[in-house]
Amino acid sequence: MAEFWRWKEYNWKDPDKDWKSAKLITSGIDVGSVSSQAVIVADGELYAYASMRTGSNSPDSARNALEWALRDTGMKQENIQYVVGTGYGRVNVPFANKAITEIACHARGANFMAGNSVRTILDMGGQDCKAIHCDEKGKVTNFLMNDKCAAGTGRGMEVIADLLGVPVEQVGELSFNVPEEPEPVSSTCVVFAKSEAMGLLKDGWTKSKVLAAYCLAMAKRVSELLERIGVEKEFFITGGIAKNAGVVKRLEQVIGVSAIQSKYDSQLAGALGAALFGQALLQKEKAAGKVA
Amino acid sequence: MLANYGYKDGSGEYFITIDTDKCTSCPHHGCIDGCPEHIYEMITDDYDDNVSAVRRDVRNTLKYLCAACKPTTGRGVLPCMAACTPGAITHSW
Repeated sequence: MAEFWRWKEYNWKDPDKDWKSAKLITSGIDVGSVSSQAVIVADGELYAYASMRTGSNSPDSARNALEWALRDTGMKQENIQYVVGTGYGRVNVPFANKAITEIACHARGANFMAGNSVRTILDMGGQDCKAIHCDEKGKVTNFLMNDKCAAGTGRGMEVIADLLGVPVEQVGELSFNVPEEPEPVSSTCVVFAKSEAMGLLKDGWTKSKVLAAYCLAMAKRVSELLERIGVEKEFFITGGIAKNAGVVKRLEQVIGVSAIQSKYDSQLAGALGAALFGQALLQKEKAAGKVA
Repeated sequence: MLANYGYKDGSGEYFITIDTDKCTSCPHHGCIDGCPEHIYEMITDDYDDNVSAVRRDVRNTLKYLCAACKPTTGRGVLPCMAACTPGAITHSW
């Protein structure tokens, strides 16, 4: 049976960088509720990463993600001088030197990915959604998280993709194939949204029209979170849903602010921020003479 | 830092906001014992500051836990806000 919600796992390494010449090698492991990422940073630059689905065992997910990031690099885990765990399973990263919340890590990661002008960050994660304000150094100044319901999360999108038989990576693009924007579906509950979507299909709505209605509902849902803390023009979106143009474009229309584009993968923000925290902590320990 | 703990659901918004910059200079931490439901705890945050936070296990039930301190009529100052001498705590509802 096809699993339309299943997104493609991936890894990457910088082919031009020789990690052996790096003085500081740190890693961030973001064990989220849906996906896990491992990022390796060498001397402040992104060197390698992997992103995969989180399994039922957080320590295994962390290990698997890091192993995959290390694959074909010649680097071994013992070459990494400092590891920071973050995300929902951050305390279950057995080889982490420190655990830091995903809120702080996403802010730090966004600061790196989109520049130090970023002030408002929306992390649209697998099973929660966070609105964050930060300063020019990527330090959190205000945050708000909603993890009480799955509306406005990646998991909600996966449920709708599976219902409609549309690969989750194609949801955003397909949602634009409508002559005009429909009304949003229920924005307060994924279960109600799913049953509403089934009813709309029975009424003759196309898949694209249902997806457009769901993407709009999701955009409106998260915009309410953002409005609570306020949105500044220097706005950046992290997390898997940032890859869904159907939600992002509609959200930009709802809040009247365009999101900053970055060359980096939005899903890496947490792990990247964790690796950067690791670098700062390692430098501090070196300066204090705690490590060689 | 303004830390917002709580949630929004179909019935409304239920957020407690703690201005943690005010916690760092507070010697009393009155919020810990000031709340009859003991929803607050002291934590070391990501920037190594000792601040007050709403306990993780109660963040999604604030509407019910705080209800006893929020009668529909004759509501006075909330015990947690009264106990917080720096004025760091606010409720959204």
